[in-house]
Amino acid sequence: MNNLISQLNYYFEYPFVRYAFVVGTLVALCSSLMGTTLVLKRYSFIGDGLSHVAFGAMAVASVCNLTNNTLLVMPVTIISAIFLLKGKQNSIIKGDAAIAMLSVGSLALGYMLLNVFSTSTNLSGDVCSTLFGSTSILTLKKEEVIVCLVLSVIVIFIFILFYNKIFAVTFDEDFAKASGVNTEKYNLLIAIVIAIIIVLGMNLVGSLLISALIVFPALSAMRIQKNFKAVVICSAVISVLCAVLGMLISIVYSTPVGSTIVSCDIAAFIICYFFERIFRFSR
Amino acid sequence: MSLLKASKLNVGYDKKVIVHDLDFCVNEGDYLCILGSNGAGKSTLMKTIAGLIPKVSGQLDINNFVKRVGYLPQQSIVQKDFPASVYEVVISGCISGLGLRPFFNKKEKETAYMNMKRTGIYELKNKCYRNLSGGQQQRVLLARALCSASGLLMLDEPVNGLDPKAAKDMYELIAGLNKEGVAIIMVSHDVKSALQYPSHILHLGKEHKQLFFGSIKDYENTGYLEKLG
Repeated sequence: MNNLISQLNYYFEYPFVRYAFVVGTLVALCSSLMGTTLVLKRYSFIGDGLSHVAFGAMAVASVCNLTNNTLLVMPVTIISAIFLLKGKQNSIIKGDAAIAMLSVGSLALGYMLLNVFSTSTNLSGDVCSTLFGSTSILTLKKEEVIVCLVLSVIVIFIFILFYNKIFAVTFDEDFAKASGVNTEKYNLLIAIVIAIIIVLGMNLVGSLLISALIVFPALSAMRIQKNFKAVVICSAVISVLCAVLGMLISIVYSTPVGSTIVSCDIAAFIICYFFERIFRFSR
Repeated sequence: MSLLKASKLNVGYDKKVIVHDLDFCVNEGDYLCILGSNGAGKSTLMKTIAGLIPKVSGQLDINNFVKRVGYLPQQSIVQKDFPASVYEVVISGCISGLGLRPFFNKKEKETAYMNMKRTGIYELKNKCYRNLSGGQQQRVLLARALCSASGLLMLDEPVNGLDPKAAKDMYELIAGLNKEGVAIIMVSHDVKSALQYPSHILHLGKEHKQLFFGSIKDYENTGYLEKLG
C-alpha cells in the first residue's frame, strides 16, 4: 500500500500527470451533466454520431498541420450538431439515417485522409489515440488545459443558469412550447453544449468512447435516484469518481486511460443496477 | 368576456387543411367539450390553439388575458420512465414567468404548492412521477397546467388510459375547477361520461367539417348524440 502511494506521489510530480487529472475530472463532470438530458430526450445516438464527426474533423486538422486542432474541430462539430437537430424535424433523410450517414462517412473519410496525406511515422498509433484516447491526455500542453478549463466552466454555468428550462424542455417539449418557451432555441443550446463536451472529451477517452462517458453515469444515477436534481448530482459524482479511479488505475497498471475509465463506469452501472433490484425486493 | 374566438378557421399540418371552416367561441367560465371520431382533427385543433402549430388560414383571436393557456397534452413515451419528483414537474408549469431569471422565486413555489393542493396531490410532492398511477400522473400534469394558465385550461384526452373510477374522479376535479371560474376546453373520446359536465359542445364530423357548435342543451336536441352511440 505504501509502495502504491509513493508510486503515485512520484507520478504526480510530473506536470503532465497533474494536467491529465484536471482535464479528466472536468470532462467527466461536464459530460455527466448533459448526459441526463441526452438520455431522457432520446438523443444518445446524436452524441455518438457527433463523436465520429469530431474524428473526421480531427483528421483534417492534423493533415493540415494546424497548431491548435480544437479551432477546426469545435466549429465543425457544432455545425454538425445543429444540422442533425434540424434534420430531426424536417428533412429529406430522416433522423437516424442522417446520423448514420454523417458518422460513418466522416469516420471513413477521416481515416482515408490520414492514410493518404499524413506525414506522421506512426499512423496507426495516431489513429488509435484519436479513437481511443490512449495517450493523448498525457501529452496535453498548458494552453490546451486552459482551453479545457474555460470551456468546462462555460458548460457548467450554462447548465446551472438554464437548469429549469432544460428540465422543462426535456420533460415535455409540447407543454414548454405552449407556455411560451422558445424550445427550438433551447434544443439548439443543448446540441451546442453536447458538441463542446464531445470535443473536450476526445482528449480524455477518444472519440469512440466519449458517448460512454455521457450515457453511463446518467443511466447509473437513474437507477438509484428518484428526482431530476438528485439524478443530475448523483451522475456527476459517479462520473467524477469513475474518471479519477480509472486514471489512477491506468497510471499504476499502465492500462489505456479511456477504456479503464469506461470500464469503471460500466462497473458503477452494474452496481447501481443490482442496488435497485435488491432495494425494490426488500420494499 | 370572450376568451377565444375562431371564425372561418382552417387548421392542419404543413399547410394541408385537416379541419375546415371552424366557427366557435369560448367565454369566461365556459366548459367546452370537443367531440369527434378518430382522425377528425381534434388534437390538431388543440395544438393550433396552444400555439404548437400555426393555423393554416382564417381568424383565431385569443384574449390577451389568456395569452398563456394551461395545456395538458397527451402523455409521451419520454415521461413514462422520467426520474422527476411531483414537485419538480408541477413547478415546471411556472416556466413562462421565468424569462431570463434562472431560478423560481418564492411566489412561484407557493403557486406550485397551492395547485398541488387544488388537485389533491400535495401529499405526493416528493414521490417519483414515474411510480405514480395513471390517475395520479394526470393530476400532476393538471396541477402543472394550472401553474401556467391564467383562466383557460386545455385538456387533450385527460382520462385516456384511466380506469372508470379514476376517470370519474378526474372529470369531477375538472368540473370543480370550472366552478371556481377556470374556463376549460377538453377533447374526449368517451362521450357518455364526458357529457355530464360541459356547458358547450363542438362536434367535428368525419367530413372534416364542423357539425355543431352550441350549448349542451341545443346539442341534445340535434340527435347527433345517438349517432355517436
